[in-house]
Amino acid sequence: MTTTRRPRLNIGAVRSSFAPWADPTLQPLVRFDGVSKRFGAETAVNNVSLSIYESEFFALLGPSGCGKTTLMRLLAGFETPDAGRITLAGQDLAGMPPHRRPVNMMFQSYALFPHLSVEQNIGFGLKQQGMPKGQIADRVVEMLALVRLQGLARRKPHQLSGGQRQRVALARAIAPNPKMLLLDEPLAALDKKLREETQFELIALQQRLGMTFLIVTHDQEEAMVTADRIAVMREGQIVQIGRPAEVYETPNSRYVADFIGDVNLFEGAVTAADGKVVKMATADCPAGFEALEDDAVSVGSTAWLGVRPEKIELHLDPPKDGPNRLAGKVADYGYLGDWTTYVVELESGRTVRAARANASRLVARPIACDDAVWLTFAPDAAVVLTR
Amino acid sequence: MKAPSAFNRVSVAAGLAFLYLPIILLVIYSFNASRLVTVWGGFSTKWYGALLQDDQLLDAIGVTLRVGLISATLATVLGVLAAVALVRSGRFKGRLLFSGMVFAPLVMPEVVLGLSLLLLFVAVGLPRGFWTVTVSHATVTLCYATVVIQARLVSFDKALEEAARDLGCTPVQAFFAVTLPNIAPAVAAAWMLAFTLSLDDLVIASFTSGPGATTLPMRIYSQVRLGVSPEINAVSTLLIGLVATGVIGVYLVQQRRARVADLGAG
Repeated sequence: MTTTRRPRLNIGAVRSSFAPWADPTLQPLVRFDGVSKRFGAETAVNNVSLSIYESEFFALLGPSGCGKTTLMRLLAGFETPDAGRITLAGQDLAGMPPHRRPVNMMFQSYALFPHLSVEQNIGFGLKQQGMPKGQIADRVVEMLALVRLQGLARRKPHQLSGGQRQRVALARAIAPNPKMLLLDEPLAALDKKLREETQFELIALQQRLGMTFLIVTHDQEEAMVTADRIAVMREGQIVQIGRPAEVYETPNSRYVADFIGDVNLFEGAVTAADGKVVKMATADCPAGFEALEDDAVSVGSTAWLGVRPEKIELHLDPPKDGPNRLAGKVADYGYLGDWTTYVVELESGRTVRAARANASRLVARPIACDDAVWLTFAPDAAVVLTR
Repeated sequence: MKAPSAFNRVSVAAGLAFLYLPIILLVIYSFNASRLVTVWGGFSTKWYGALLQDDQLLDAIGVTLRVGLISATLATVLGVLAAVALVRSGRFKGRLLFSGMVFAPLVMPEVVLGLSLLLLFVAVGLPRGFWTVTVSHATVTLCYATVVIQARLVSFDKALEEAARDLGCTPVQAFFAVTLPNIAPAVAAAWMLAFTLSLDDLVIASFTSGPGATTLPMRIYSQVRLGVSPEINAVSTLLIGLVATGVIGVYLVQQRRARVADLGAG
C-alpha cells in the first residue's frame, strides 16, 4: 500500500541531509517483514513491512485503534506476531522475551515504580543488567542531569509533577543505553504548553544521544515536529511513509490528506493529463481545475483534488476568469488569533475552508458573514488524489 | 453538612447498643470481684490473675496462636498464588470454574465444611490434632485472603510489571521486585484477616481437632457448659482486644494501601 512519491520540493525538513532510508547500501536497524497480529477476530496489525534506520526519529501516527501501539509492543516483546518477522540489528527477535531485547520503552502511563525513589527508578534497569553499584550511581547522576532533575533523586514518584514524572520515565528508559527507545504517547498526559516545549526537548535529546527513537502518537503535530519520518497507519496497515513535509504536501490518499491537517476535497473527472499538469472538470468552476501532477493519472477516471485551507487565497473583488476559481459567500468564520478560518459556501451549496494568516492587527475591511468572496489557488497548491 | 435528625440518632444508638451492649457487659463483668456472674461485687482484676494460673487455658491460648500464625501464613501464600493466577493469566481454560471454586467456601455453611474436612481426614487415616486444625483453617481462610489480594491486583497497573520486564526482569523477578512490594499492604491485610478468622473459629476446630490440640474458643465453649466463670469473661475480654487490634490494623494498612494506590495511579 505504500507508494513513495517523488517529492516535488524539499520543504523545510528538520534534518534535510539526514536520509538513511534513501541509501540502498545501509542496513536498517529494525525491519518488520509482513508482520500481522490478531486479537480474536480483530486484526490489529495487518501485514506490515517497515524499516527504521539507526539514529532515526520515527513516528507511528494514526487514530486510536489503528494498531500503532500493537506494532510497538510487538517490537518490545509484549506481543507475539501471528505472522511475519521482526529483526533488530540483523537479529531475529522471534521467541526473545522482553527482558532480553535491547530496546526500552517509555510507557504512556509512565509506569514509574511507586515504591522506589527517582534514583532507584532510573537505576532499575542498570541493576538488572548487573552493573556495579558505583557505576549505577554515576550513570543515574548523568541521567538526572540529562533530564534536568538534579536534586530530586530521593523523591518518590508521587512527590513529582506530571512533567517531572515524564522526565523520570524518559531517563529510566534511556539509562540502560538501549539500541532503540520506544515512546508510547509520551506527551499525551502533559498540557499543551508543556507538550510543545517537551517536543523540542525530545528532538534535542535524540540528536545529542544519536539514539534511534520510535514514537507512537495520535497527535499529528507531535509527529510532524519531532520525527524524521512518519508512518501513517489505518486499520492495522501503513498507508504512507515519508518525511513530515512529504506526508503533508503530497499525501497519497484522501485518508492521509484528511488525517493530517485540514483539506478541501473536490471530486471531478480527469479531462487531461500530460505528466506535468492534470485538468479536471468540476461543477464548481466553469474553467475546471488545474494541478501540477507528475504521477500518471488516466484521463476519464474520477479523481479528487485536495487543497489545504492555507493555500487558498480569498478575494473580495472578483479575480479574472480562469481555472481554480470559485465563487461563494462567507457562511462562517473562526478567529484563532494567528489564523482566521473562513467557511465559504459555494453556489453549489458545498462549503470550502480557507485560512488566512492575521498578518496585521488592524484590517481595513474585515470580512464578515454573507460577504461575497472569490477563492483561487495556484496549480502547485493542489494535489491530485486517485484514492 | 446537615445535622443528623433525631430519628437517625436514635436508630444509630439502638443499632450500636444492639451490637455492643452484650460485649460491654462481658468486659465489665470480667472486672467483677464476685464469683457470681450476675451480682456485682466491686472492681477487681483477680480473674486476670487467676487466668495466669490456669494451665489448661494458657495451653489453649498457645495452641490457638500457633494455629493462627501457621494457617494464616499458609493461606496468604496460597492466596497470593491464586489471586495472581486469576488476575494475570488472562482467560485460561477453566478460569471461571477455578474462581468459583476458590470462593465457594465463603458461602458454604461452616458445619458442612468442618464435617467434610473431618471425613477427609478420617478417610485418609490422618490422626486429628494440631496439624489437621491448622490445615483446615488455612483451607477456609484461603478464599478470604484471595479476595483481598485479588481486589488489589485488579487495580494494579499492569504496565508496572511490563516496565520491569522491559528493564530486564524475568516474569518472576518482576513479581518480586515490583508487584509484591506494591501489593504488600493487601497481603498484610489478608494475613491479618486470616489470622483473626482462625483465632475465633469454633466450628471447624471442633470437627477437625483431636486430643492435645484444644483451641481457645473450644476451651471457652466447653467451660461455659459447666457454668460461666468470671475467668472466662477475662479471657474473652483479652480475645476481644486481640481481634479488635487485628481489625484496626487491617483498616490502617488498607488506608495506607489506598493512598499508595492513588499515587501509583496518579
